[in-house]
Amino acid sequence: MATLELRGVEKFFGTTQVIHDMNLSVADGELVVFVGPSGCGKSTLLRMIAGLETLSSGEIHIDGRRVDYQPPSRRGIAMVFQSYALYPHKDVRGNLGFSLKHDKVEKSEIDRRVNIAADILGLQDLMSRKPRELSGGQRQRVAIGRAIVREPKVFLFDEPLSNLDAALRVHMRVEILKLHQRLQNTMVYVTHDQVEAMTLADRIVVFRAGRVEQTGTPLELYRTPANRFVAGFIGSPAMNFLNITCKHGTVLLAERSVCQSTHPDGEATLGVRPEHLQVDESGPFSGEVSVFEHLGGEAFVHLTLSDGQELVARLDGEHRFKPGDTCTLGIAAEKCHVFNQAGLRVDR
Amino acid sequence: MRRVQDQLSSAGIHLVLLAWTLLALFPLTLIVINSFKTRKAIFGDPLGLPTGKALTLSGYESVMTNSDFPMFFSNSLIVTSVSLFLILLFGAMAAHAVSEYEFRGNSIISLYLIVGIMVPIRLGTVALLNLIVDLGLANTLTALILVYTAQGLPIAIFIFSEFLRSVSREIKDSARIDGLSEYRIFFEVVIPLVRPVIATVAVFSMIPIWNDLWFPLILSPGEETRTVTLGVQQFIGQYSVKWGSVLAALSVAILPVLIMYVIFSRQLIRGITSGAVKG
Repeated sequence: MATLELRGVEKFFGTTQVIHDMNLSVADGELVVFVGPSGCGKSTLLRMIAGLETLSSGEIHIDGRRVDYQPPSRRGIAMVFQSYALYPHKDVRGNLGFSLKHDKVEKSEIDRRVNIAADILGLQDLMSRKPRELSGGQRQRVAIGRAIVREPKVFLFDEPLSNLDAALRVHMRVEILKLHQRLQNTMVYVTHDQVEAMTLADRIVVFRAGRVEQTGTPLELYRTPANRFVAGFIGSPAMNFLNITCKHGTVLLAERSVCQSTHPDGEATLGVRPEHLQVDESGPFSGEVSVFEHLGGEAFVHLTLSDGQELVARLDGEHRFKPGDTCTLGIAAEKCHVFNQAGLRVDR
Repeated sequence: MRRVQDQLSSAGIHLVLLAWTLLALFPLTLIVINSFKTRKAIFGDPLGLPTGKALTLSGYESVMTNSDFPMFFSNSLIVTSVSLFLILLFGAMAAHAVSEYEFRGNSIISLYLIVGIMVPIRLGTVALLNLIVDLGLANTLTALILVYTAQGLPIAIFIFSEFLRSVSREIKDSARIDGLSEYRIFFEVVIPLVRPVIATVAVFSMIPIWNDLWFPLILSPGEETRTVTLGVQQFIGQYSVKWGSVLAALSVAILPVLIMYVIFSRQLIRGITSGAVKG
């Protein structure tokens, strides 16, 4: 149980700055997800929290204690890696107990903690197997178990599910969520997958190029993205962006009014989520169907609007379109997002 | 049709390998066979088997009883095993240092450590001899051990660093989080991961040391410090050569290499191929 606080943390590799003046605090028991495209510095920041990378400047506090000059093992953290990083020559029990044995924890205490972790993760039947005899999901469970036995103040996850196949990823995502609900630990989780971020996080931190773009709960980011980058990153399928013009507080798409906005007269960008579009004969989005994908319960329709812009909509599975059909879509005004030329959100 | 072709090509490959094996084993077999024969039989019928009147163990007898051969043998064993231990230890440690840590001059140092592969150590014999004499190490096993360690290190570092680079960074980081010191990470995490490579380096380093005649002859030719290869020369006299004894001594000298190879062969093959075949 602990808080985590970053104060003015910066990191340079040579002359390249990869983390810019990072200030962030994680509350006790909170699960914070760092999300962003690859190379945005999120993994580097996690490694800095773990103590595997040095800080160029700034401070890191865990549980109110400054830790940035301490070695990883003294910070009260445990980390789960993308490649599992199990010791291949030790069996599951050996892997789970290794750090405790090294810490000269008493044998009975090691056994107790290892057994608890094994129970939580369902590893009891696998205790004498070597990592190479385990499946991907089992290996990742052992890696998580190895973190649990350390009884850390803060759990760090570095893209733990990226090496798993799609079905297993969904399963392990639920397991991690259950684990968090059970242990109520402070956790920092790094991923580039926005679905993982949305489903797991109490709070999401969106990174781009070493800076925080926006921090907030998953729904806050979904409903009121601060800028075009966050809007495009959060949500699946991704938000549509259309070039529009604003005139006297009205957003116009090819001379048709879409919604109201406080944006001054001129060019701007309209963001609409595919799931908010509906078939509406009087709607502003009219165009020719280029591709129609049917998934059973839902369907994706790809439109080419009259001015040549592309638009994707997620519709109810009842709808049927053929390529070449004309389709007209509408949207509730409050679901529209307007971004100015700099990409920042403009209030309605 | 496909299967017949496959079988044919497989047979062809085996034929070539078999021919190669015969060729490689021929001199060895000749040594071993003739070591059990009388002098007359060796020259009368070099390819004949040691049967009937030709069979004798006198070569082995004279090697084991009338000579210092057991001492030579133990000298060789000491020199080889100590050198090997030092080569493996320092080679793996140096390779770990240059492959794991980023520091100024890293690439220059790694180049410096492996450039010895290209320089034949024998070119420096005169300088080495002077140095060894100055150090008062002439006619000692220590002299040989030092020279062999220096001789074996470059190739050992080269092979080790190639493999150590492939050890997952996350495993080492994970060990750091578990609180292991850098030394323990090396000995408890990295070394067990590269065991096959250790076997490979061990065999490659051991054979030239065991077989070397040059440095024992120059640096420690004294009675007490002779190695097997040098010791065998005592059976080669100015006027007569005791061929039975020479061959017997050589046959015995093959044994340690053979034993070592049998122990390591499985790991050795894995070490040689694991770089090529991922997984």
